[in-house]
Amino acid sequence: MTTKLFTEVDAKAAQQLLDSPTPPLLIDVREQNEWDAGYLHGATHAPKGMISFTIPNIAPEKSAPILLYCAGGVRSAAAAETLAGLGYTNLTSMSGGINGWSAAGLPVVETTALTPEQKSRYSRHLLLPGVGADGQTKLLNARVLMVGAGGLGAPAALYLAAAGVGTLRIIDFDSVEASNLQRQVIHTTDRVGMLKVESAATQIRALNPDVEVEPINDMLTTENVVSLLDGVDLVIDGTDTFEARYALNDAAVKLGIPVVHAGVFRFEGQLTVLAPGRGPCYRCLHPTPPPAEMAPSCGVAGVLGVLPGVIGVLQATEALKMLLGIGEPLIGRLLLWDALEGTFTELTVKRDPHCVACGDGTAKGGAA
Amino acid sequence: MSISVRIPPVLRTQTGGAKIVSVDGASLGAVLTALTAAHPDLREQIFEADGTLRRWVNVYVDGADVRHLAGLETPTQDGIEVVILPAMAGGSVAPVSAR
Repeated sequence: MTTKLFTEVDAKAAQQLLDSPTPPLLIDVREQNEWDAGYLHGATHAPKGMISFTIPNIAPEKSAPILLYCAGGVRSAAAAETLAGLGYTNLTSMSGGINGWSAAGLPVVETTALTPEQKSRYSRHLLLPGVGADGQTKLLNARVLMVGAGGLGAPAALYLAAAGVGTLRIIDFDSVEASNLQRQVIHTTDRVGMLKVESAATQIRALNPDVEVEPINDMLTTENVVSLLDGVDLVIDGTDTFEARYALNDAAVKLGIPVVHAGVFRFEGQLTVLAPGRGPCYRCLHPTPPPAEMAPSCGVAGVLGVLPGVIGVLQATEALKMLLGIGEPLIGRLLLWDALEGTFTELTVKRDPHCVACGDGTAKGGAA
Repeated sequence: MSISVRIPPVLRTQTGGAKIVSVDGASLGAVLTALTAAHPDLREQIFEADGTLRRWVNVYVDGADVRHLAGLETPTQDGIEVVILPAMAGGSVAPVSAR
């Protein structure tokens, strides 16, 4: 008596499985050149020859439902046998493969939009579960507003550019000064005196020509903030005034755009993700700014150069998580980092139902 | 009974540079009163004239905002950490304008 190690379904039944509330993990076991020509939406690429090595990362849980496909159904059946041998228990192979799927007139395949140069540049992303070609395409299609090209904006912009975030809109009204170079690593000695947005654009283009830079030499105000946010998926907040921060918060809440907020001081930094509808906004954290005379005076406080580097890169990390829809973003959590102690402290930040920007009484309220 | 109060970097001038100040008190109000008795310059940074918390100063007891707990009545047990966190304009140098 033979025990059935896996189930076989045709394309139509496979589509029903994928459309169900608990869809299986879809795995394409074909070779790279076949994958490049097009694949099913949502699929993870794991060529058959390597699947015993790659499967633990793709499906750590051996009871997880898995739907395998290849071109015609032979290799996916073989891959299913391999996985059954490894202890996987909920396996389905699509008979007829992607060819049968296309022949059935089903909404076909996505071809990867990535060029050969992009496949090489982003190869370490393409290998990552949760990123892959789908995720990289999301990043390439994303637009991030960087408010400030200073201590936080400099490292964040470099890593977002390197990651292939397609459009970086950068607003700053300063010029590069020698005293910036101790931490604002996007600028260089020979660009002292240049507008920061131009200096940043120069560096980003040199790093990654895929990235469109939209440099805006201006100050963020209540008048221009809505147009600055036009078409933006996410904001990196490197603002340095309360006026700009509250103007940004209020507009971002209205437009439903997440803001990755951060601040640094001497040897310490903090960050959190303010995601409208999913958690608190800046006014929930701090309903009002201190009056000017009460704002702690620290004009010559200084900052360890790497401090905004670490916090700015953490901002970029949160931005990538949000854009890709992976992991647990720092929504409702404020992370404090003390560089000298080498400690992180996490505080809980709740949405305030009485918040004037996102509370229950506002147009945007009641969602979180 | 000893409670550790973490002083934010922007208020350390008022504590002579101390980052952690240990005080006694069975409630947050008692803890902060003991803190500001030891470091009187902190008083006007943290408290309104009527003794309530300044609106732009957040205080956390074991990671939770006391505005969502019992405010100054929040009980403070031995060994817990209190974090004071005023609004900070960010940037890397000054809180108000320069970068």
